[in-house]
Amino acid sequence: MADQAHAAPESGSAGGTRREFLYLMTASAGAFGVASVVWPFISSLNPSKDVLALASTEYDFGAVQPGEGVTIKWQGKPLFIRRRTPEEIAKAKEADPTVDPKDPTKVIANPAGLRDPQTDAARVQKAEWLVVVGVCTHLGCTPQGEKSSEMRGEFGGYYCPCHGSQYDTSGRIRKGPAPLNLAVPPYTFTSDTKVKVG
Amino acid sequence: MSIGSTVLKLATAAFGVAAVAFIMAEPGGHIDIPQQKWSFDGFFGSYDRTDLRHGFQVYSEVCSGCHSMNLESYRNLEDIGFSPDEVAAIAAKVQVQNEDPNDQGEMFERPGKASDHFKAPFPNEQAARAANNGALPPDMSLLAKSRAGKGFGAYNGADYIYALMHGYGEPPADLKLNAGMNYNKYFKGHQIGMPQPLQDNSVTFADGTPATLDEEAKSIATFLTWVSESNLEQRKHTGLKAMLFLVAFTLLAYAAKRKVWKHVH
Amino acid sequence: MSKHFNNPVIRWIDHRLPVFSYLDHEANEYPTPKNLNYWWNFGSLAGFMLIAMIATGLFLAMQYTPHVSMAFNSVERIMRDVNYGWLLRYLHMNGASMFFIVVYIHIFRGLYFGSYKAPRELLWQIGVLILLLMMATAFMGYVLPWGQMSFWGATVITNLFSAIPVFGGKIVTLLWGGFSVDNPTLNRFFALHFLLPFVILGVVILHIIALHRFGSNNPIGIDTKGKQDTIPFHPYYTTKDVFGLGIFLLFYAFWVFYFPNALGDPDNYIPANPLSTPEHIVPEWYFLPFYAILRSIPNKLAGVLAMGAAIVVLFFLPWLDRSPVRSGTFRPVFKWFFWMLVFDCAMLMFIGKNPPDWFWQPLAFHVTPSEELVAAAGVPDADALGSVTFAGGTLGIQILKLGQLATLYYFAYFLIILPLLSIFETPKRLPLSISEPVLKGGGHAVAHANSKPMEKA
Repeated sequence: MADQAHAAPESGSAGGTRREFLYLMTASAGAFGVASVVWPFISSLNPSKDVLALASTEYDFGAVQPGEGVTIKWQGKPLFIRRRTPEEIAKAKEADPTVDPKDPTKVIANPAGLRDPQTDAARVQKAEWLVVVGVCTHLGCTPQGEKSSEMRGEFGGYYCPCHGSQYDTSGRIRKGPAPLNLAVPPYTFTSDTKVKVG
Repeated sequence: MSIGSTVLKLATAAFGVAAVAFIMAEPGGHIDIPQQKWSFDGFFGSYDRTDLRHGFQVYSEVCSGCHSMNLESYRNLEDIGFSPDEVAAIAAKVQVQNEDPNDQGEMFERPGKASDHFKAPFPNEQAARAANNGALPPDMSLLAKSRAGKGFGAYNGADYIYALMHGYGEPPADLKLNAGMNYNKYFKGHQIGMPQPLQDNSVTFADGTPATLDEEAKSIATFLTWVSESNLEQRKHTGLKAMLFLVAFTLLAYAAKRKVWKHVH
Repeated sequence: MSKHFNNPVIRWIDHRLPVFSYLDHEANEYPTPKNLNYWWNFGSLAGFMLIAMIATGLFLAMQYTPHVSMAFNSVERIMRDVNYGWLLRYLHMNGASMFFIVVYIHIFRGLYFGSYKAPRELLWQIGVLILLLMMATAFMGYVLPWGQMSFWGATVITNLFSAIPVFGGKIVTLLWGGFSVDNPTLNRFFALHFLLPFVILGVVILHIIALHRFGSNNPIGIDTKGKQDTIPFHPYYTTKDVFGLGIFLLFYAFWVFYFPNALGDPDNYIPANPLSTPEHIVPEWYFLPFYAILRSIPNKLAGVLAMGAAIVVLFFLPWLDRSPVRSGTFRPVFKWFFWMLVFDCAMLMFIGKNPPDWFWQPLAFHVTPSEELVAAAGVPDADALGSVTFAGGTLGIQILKLGQLATLYYFAYFLIILPLLSIFETPKRLPLSISEPVLKGGGHAVAHANSKPMEKA
């Protein structure tokens, strides 16, 4: 330890604690200053206003036939809009778990053995139209099945060629490694033939 | 106006002069752009929303016929006081070309969305020149910033635009106008391609404010400044917080420094 | 030199990679002259600005597109759409000016107090190298927004290299990557602008290592003789540097938040147009003195050489000024010439700002009457009084001549005045050391500035 004259400031008792307090205040103010400067840098990495402005997409689905679907781009990802036939709707409802009417998230019985139990009604606003994000919940590939000419798997919904996940006509995972059902984005019907997603 | 320019003005006023400028011998001589008082001047300035709405009306009804505003989006208009629905309605009034072709591979037009940029009046520079006697009406996205005077305390773009709008008139006897040009007192060289764009009652303001040339000029200058510099209010607000913090911090640091150095002096 | 740390983790690391002992020695207990004044704060301010520019530049680079069709618009997107993008941009833009202000003051400090003299010659020269790298970085950075001044400034300055005999044209084509400043030029300037600050960082580290070899100079230029002349860097100079930083940040914030465009050129808010030259091509203020030197010599090659020589002459300063007295405090004649140099550089900056044909005008004033005068005269407005132009015929001096005089003085200071002063100047009486006062009365020998300095502890 260097032993220099005029080296360290004197340590008194009352003067010492006041001095310590002053240093603490200055250091804290400095830390607060640094934090308030760091925040704008980090915030600049968040989606910018022009990206956020494109967060919602509107689509006119008037031309889609029953049993067919279209894939549109939403927030850079594929979005499936399928017009379901009455048979497809019925098949989806068959596999519904039983839920507590007071609290629909509470599952009482799950006869179909759904890995991610959800009723079909909880996943659609109009029964005829299924709107789900076309990203497999396993590792992110785009499942096939939007067009009736594509593979739809055993359950008539979607089939993911990467690792064999199979979804039913409500977009729920039935077989394969995916852990969750296909995500349902927020959407509203702005008219009989238009839907706004996001 | 700023403190710096105020001090400068006081000093020069003391000498009975309004401005001392080093000049070069330019044709037409040195042009003084008078400085106005703006609502967004000073350390605490902000944009007057009424002026902004009036200015937007002047832009849409008069200027947008020739001038593009490519860097501005309709969604930015929410800052002026329009609701998201009003903004969507404003955007939907224009037809813009869709980004992607249709399934037949043809490009098609669709109504504008809030996220679209302002639609340009001409598809390209050549078309703009053809329609304007060979002159290119400049894009207005940064017009106010690019027409400011140089240096600390100089006039800003709003001063220039305001002056320009008032500067039209009969040319003096010794100036012969070239073909297709108009005389403007404040334009460099005094010959400008743009004919006088604004007169009394060129627009009718929705709120009933009399649309004098002065009012129109003031509002378009404010609006164009906002288009160039929409961060102004956030910037000055953040600046106040930063300065207050820095003053407090510097005082604390000074006290700490004095305490540490007490026995060395 | 091994200090015992209490924390076992720190001890474990330090035993294998002695960063903590090293930092403790170089920044904590490091003996520093106790009489440093506030002119010594500017080195740490320069270091702060380097970090600030790298940080803001990095985050700007994440949003910028270095292609001629998108560069201008990407900068505007940063200003309008990126969260706090306007702040990042204005911090970086005004930060460049702040960096140069701080570095120029730092250099003038060195010039006045003789910090370039033995044994710190190499320290000084490393500093001049840092200045050169800064100038290259700033020049290329200004091109990136691709405004009118970006493009035309790049065109003018790259064209200077065509003055080189024989190979000049080929060199310029190589620099451009084409037949004019265009996309290849922009792209390579972006890559180099990103790289050079890290090169500067490395050279700054060398600069500090060289500094610590013999320690800091001090206002009286007398070497430290022992522990009575020094104090540890921490807490004395750390607290002083933090306080200085606070004052500096107030100055910086003033520009960023209230006058962000005052130091720049409005023409750069017009997208670059190769077919339309702006009326006055002006570099940023920190290049103006060199621009003035360039233009004051009518011959193209000679002008370029003079501009380069203005910086190269700084490299040779330790051998041009051979006075045994370090600090200007004790050199009364030197002081006058030094302040003349400061004034001369300000004059060069003023001259560099103005348009070239302005050089050929006589110095002219244009005066318009104030409101007070108008009121006193009882006329309706200023136009009724008219305005007055004083043509320079009466003052009889051309701006060009003024610029040439200023250039002459700049070189004369280094090449003629300082060497002559080394021989003929009689310095004031020097004190024996930092701690002891100047001896009163005659009889004792005056201590020499370059007696053996205290070696690194």
